[in-house]
Amino acid sequence: MQLNNIIFVYQGEVTADLVSSILQMVENKLEGEGEDRKVKKRVFNVMVECLQNVYHHLDALPPTDPNNPIRDKTALLMIGREEKDYYIITGNHVQNDRIPDLKSRLDRINRASKEELKQLYQEVLTGTGFSEKGTAGLGMIDIARKSGQRLGYDFHPVSDKYSFFSLEARVSRIPEK
Amino acid sequence: MRNLVIEPTSKTPKVILNADLGIFEITGRSIPEDAIGFYRKVLDWLEEYSKSPLGETIFKFQLEYFNTSSSKCLLDIFRKLERMHKNGHKVSIRWHYDSDDEDMAETGQDYQALLDVPFELVPV
Repeated sequence: MQLNNIIFVYQGEVTADLVSSILQMVENKLEGEGEDRKVKKRVFNVMVECLQNVYHHLDALPPTDPNNPIRDKTALLMIGREEKDYYIITGNHVQNDRIPDLKSRLDRINRASKEELKQLYQEVLTGTGFSEKGTAGLGMIDIARKSGQRLGYDFHPVSDKYSFFSLEARVSRIPEK
Repeated sequence: MRNLVIEPTSKTPKVILNADLGIFEITGRSIPEDAIGFYRKVLDWLEEYSKSPLGETIFKFQLEYFNTSSSKCLLDIFRKLERMHKNGHKVSIRWHYDSDDEDMAETGQDYQALLDVPFELVPV
């Protein structure tokens, strides 16, 4: 990945205000560069879901134990543009016991066709899909629908309790049709 | 009943619920972290309104963006309107969207398929 492709990168704690500032900054940037309107909207949509996913996840973590060497509320947010795609990458710590569930959900989303994603979205929206407190389940499905590409992800073990979970969503710069 | 007007912010839409003038609108962007908190007022207002609605209720939605937590709240609003419709009141939903915004058109169609209430897609 080339460094000059990065529009924005942040590492640290994630607050609602920070999410607002990033959204506004990137939106202005996309606006200023005359990106295709449809592409711009998709990038913005995917960005909102990715950032808010991380925000909600970190917000739900118990207060950080001062003896914990892992700064578990720290996240990584990165947005960039390549020749063909915009990419949105988020990274945050997850407790290891959450990994199997997350992984199976991501795999299910990645296996689903466009039509199946639509159906899954409706099932979760109406509460008949896989049980999920809050909205994280719907967020990932929405990201996949808007992205139209497979979600990249990785779990990097950090300790016996935590792994660093990174998620990459891509939005094509070439408008359909 | 008292009208409900909420001015828009960078993350929340403009809301006008005015039973005197028969205006029911949610317009703009809806991407708050706490969508449930934001829409509670709207749902409470609708609950009250549905006890004695006008002869006809046309509810306009025109959203530029909305996040998935808002999408659940929108469904709750639609369900309330659907219930009014099922109770014999004249109710319709108008889903306005930017005519070249296929995603927003598709979202409208998704909702349309889930609901049993007149739901019109209006490209603008």
